[in-house]
Amino acid sequence: MAIVFEKTKGLSNVETHYCPGCTHGIIHRLVAEVLEEMDVLPKAIGVSPVGCSVLAFKYFNIDFQEATHGRAPAVATGIKRVHPDKVVFTYQGDGDLASIGTAEIVHAAHRSENITTIFVNNAIYGMTGGQMAPTTLPGQKSTTSPLGRDPKHAGMPLKISEMFATIPGTAYVERVSVHDPVSIRNAKKAIRKAFEYQVAGKGFAMVEVLSTCPTNWGLSPVDSLTWLKDNMIPYYPLGNYKTLEEVK
Amino acid sequence: MEKVLMKGNEAIGAAAIKAGCRYFFGYPITPQNEVPEYMAKELPKHGGVFLQAESEVAAINMVYGAAGAGARVMTSSSSPGLALKQEGLTYIAACELPCLVVNVVRGGPGLGGIQPAQSDYYQATRGGGNGDYKLIVLAPASLQELTDMVQEAFDLADYYRNPVMVLADGMIGQMMEPVAFGEIPQWTLPEKNWATTGTDGDRAPNVINSLFLAPEELEALNIRLQAKYQTIKANETRCEIYQLEDAEIVFTAYGTTARIVKNAIKILKAEGIKAGLIRPMTLWPFPEAAYQALPKTVKCILSVEMSCGQMVDDVRLAVESKVPVAFYGRSGGMIPTVDDIVAEAKQLLGR
Repeated sequence: MAIVFEKTKGLSNVETHYCPGCTHGIIHRLVAEVLEEMDVLPKAIGVSPVGCSVLAFKYFNIDFQEATHGRAPAVATGIKRVHPDKVVFTYQGDGDLASIGTAEIVHAAHRSENITTIFVNNAIYGMTGGQMAPTTLPGQKSTTSPLGRDPKHAGMPLKISEMFATIPGTAYVERVSVHDPVSIRNAKKAIRKAFEYQVAGKGFAMVEVLSTCPTNWGLSPVDSLTWLKDNMIPYYPLGNYKTLEEVK
Repeated sequence: MEKVLMKGNEAIGAAAIKAGCRYFFGYPITPQNEVPEYMAKELPKHGGVFLQAESEVAAINMVYGAAGAGARVMTSSSSPGLALKQEGLTYIAACELPCLVVNVVRGGPGLGGIQPAQSDYYQATRGGGNGDYKLIVLAPASLQELTDMVQEAFDLADYYRNPVMVLADGMIGQMMEPVAFGEIPQWTLPEKNWATTGTDGDRAPNVINSLFLAPEELEALNIRLQAKYQTIKANETRCEIYQLEDAEIVFTAYGTTARIVKNAIKILKAEGIKAGLIRPMTLWPFPEAAYQALPKTVKCILSVEMSCGQMVDDVRLAVESKVPVAFYGRSGGMIPTVDDIVAEAKQLLGR
């Protein structure tokens, strides 16, 4: 029988711990497929964060380092400076990147470290049980904003892609989503581009991926996709925020 | 061998480059700024990378990344900066990553001051990070020893896959002395086949990680680490024993303080009081055995420190109450004088 579809070689055979309906699995696959299609799996080195994707090193079939909370861009800096010819990326959630790790990600971008960052924004702390994140939407309920996020008390959610577009060091910044097949295809294109920027030596590239958390949002997987589309995208518009110069 | 007059902080940089260190990540803090400044100037000439990080926290995590990627790498800082690096250090120890961390110690607590101190002994030997881990802690008392220790630190780190700290009080960092960069013994080192260099398609992925959710796995890591620490203790404990024979009083001190104590010993000797010194050169592992083999003439031990009394705890543990242990110290950047030490010794001996 002819094989018409195979799992990417970029992922291991370890069963993931992600909750049903969580879109981390899709994003892992997109990253792994891109690395395989670009033929860079043998020279890829990933850095996983603290958060739901802390165990990403088990799911990718490449060298990996697991970082302290928020410091993945610093760890990736150390790796990339030692191995400038390797493909180095961080995979970080919104708590890791947009809260505890803002200094490290801003300065990695500021130095235009030649790395790629996949920023998974699901507007909540997943692993610790649904606490408010810097990206939690106004009115969105979480275990630490039980009546809904009050911007007067907790501020408005942080728009990372918009902010990073203003940093001189960023070469490529794009926000994508994975709530339907079309958006998934676009997400993959952006992820590929972000890695192409690195291979071309153009500097810091980041893709923000809007993602779901059915467990902590208290919604079914399907309703979560709808919620993302109806609530997150209006506040976090999809699209390209920075393209320094086109790379092939 | 040709000697060069150097400032301690510059000698640290020169020794590290000589030892093959090619990556330095750090953040400015007094009194160690000449280390990053030297590295910024010299590392690029040797094909290395100097990077000024956005913070001490970032710097130690860059060290983690570079060490995990197989490089000879170091950072340096001073006391409050080391406080910030503690989280990174426990991860580095847990992942068994070799690297050198230099602390040019200044007075504390808090922001403290910028004058020499030894008040980070606890921080260095107990660890400010979480969990059961140990750094190998080297304590030089001269710039020559500093130079030798920095060079050997990289071999020690690679051999045992363990972070090594050189604990130099601010005096060691700031003073100038002639140093010779001799050939230090080269260790036979294991290959870094665990490093994340990319699989090149010909091996299973390497992973640098300290997360073990299954308690059995985490305990197994701890058992393995403790066994390694026992080996280090057996092989690498170092100290200087000075004029211990027939001593009535034994001083114990490390770093700059030990040099002041040696002058006090001379004065006491001239007055007919026999005094000796135990100078730990490794603070972890602590040279416990030296304190258990004291001559019968010893009436008391006096720990002299530029702190409010930290190493004295380890001395008491090592002595096991067999001899009274007293403490004399100055802190905040104040340095014990020879006269102070002589007076303290005489008072203890009732002379």
